[in-house]
Parts: sequence; structure tokens; C-alpha cells
Amino acid sequence: MSEKKLAIIATKGTLDWAYPPLILSSTAAALGYDVEIFFTFYGLQMLKKKLNLKVSPLGNPGMPMPMGMDKWFPVLGTAIPGMQSVMTMMMKQKMKSKGVASLEELRDLCIEAEVRMVACQMTVDLFDMNPSEFIDGIEFGGAATFFEFAGDADITLYI
Amino acid sequence: MANFDQELDATGLNCPLPILRAKKALNGMTAGQVLHIIATDPGSVKDFEAFAKQTGNDLVESNEEGGKFTFLIKKN
Repeated sequence: MSEKKLAIIATKGTLDWAYPPLILSSTAAALGYDVEIFFTFYGLQMLKKKLNLKVSPLGNPGMPMPMGMDKWFPVLGTAIPGMQSVMTMMMKQKMKSKGVASLEELRDLCIEAEVRMVACQMTVDLFDMNPSEFIDGIEFGGAATFFEFAGDADITLYI
Repeated sequence: MANFDQELDATGLNCPLPILRAKKALNGMTAGQVLHIIATDPGSVKDFEAFAKQTGNDLVESNEEGGKFTFLIKKN
């Protein structure tokens, strides 16, 4: 049986949106898939040694807020300084209490399962990011590098 | 209750951790051995079925009792 392949393009750098690529990659690897994630634009935040991703209620009407805050809290209130930190802290606490893995844990599981991680070289240059801030073992490449793997992938996701 | 060779307590863990921990445990076992898993994530019922099917291992048993889900997976 030849290995199935999963290719993912990860473009988001918020706490909530970092979950789908890492959950799917670690699980696919456990199911025997050969997995590659191409991190581009804000998705590169997921490759930083020290993960510091946040979640924001601002401009996100779908985000459930604690204590019915979404019912009476004015939309502008979500822009109050400190709101992002508070919501991030609450989200992390909630995830912990529900037994949801931390991003660090999921990323470690991906690395352990030999998920290939490619950082978009163009975005690294664009944002003047320092490659030494990234975890070890990643590759740097461009669109052609992605297609080399994704070209014969069974599943390709853009997240 | 059937016999098993190794046990994995995945209670309190949410998707996809029970599956990932089970995979890790199975990696350290030999063919024919049976892994007993205890989980509280209701989603794990369907997930372990799908996991067994896709990894070629046998889901020998899947039970629920008092909010706990138990599984027996035989490594092939």
C-alpha cells in the first residue's frame, strides 16, 4: 500500500486558526499519511520557537463570548485595549479545561511524526523575519516547492 | 471482559489526542497484541472506528458505560 499524501497551506496566525492545520496534520500522520505543511504569510507564526498566538473577538461575530457578553457587549467594545489578551487567556484556559491539546503539543507531535514543514521564503523576506526565530528542522521554499509535493497529493487544503 | 496487553487512559483528553496517544502506544506493541483504551470524548467512538479501518488494525470492542468509552484495538 503506497502512502497517501496530505498537503496543507497554512496562512493564518491566530490561536484559533492554528488548530486546524496542526490537528489535521498530526492525525493524518498517525493514520499513515505523508504530510507537508506550507506556511505562508501569517501562518509563519506557527513556526516560531516561542508560540505566542492570540485570538481576537474583534471583527469576529461568530466567536462565543463568556457570560453572554456577545449579547450585550457593543461591537466597539471588542476593540478595547487588553480585550485581546483577556480573550486569549480565557480561550487557553477553556481549552485546557476541556482537554484540548496546546498548539505546542500538537506541533511537537507533528514534528515527531515527521510532518514536513516548509516556510515560505518570500514571506520571510517580506516581513524581515529572522530564520533563527523558527524551530529547527524546517525547510524554506516557494510555490514550486509546494507543488512538488502537492502535485501528487491525495488531499490538499488551504487554511 | 477480554484480555489486553497494554492500557491507555485517555480520559479528559479531547480530539485528536486520544487517537494520537493510541497510535503512539500501538507503535510500541507487537502484532497480535491488544490495546485497551479508556476515553471520555464522545467523538472518539467514531474516530477509533475510522482509525482502525485506516491503519489496518482491528477494533475488537467498543463500549460505553457511565460516560466512559472503552475500546479494544488489536494490532495487526
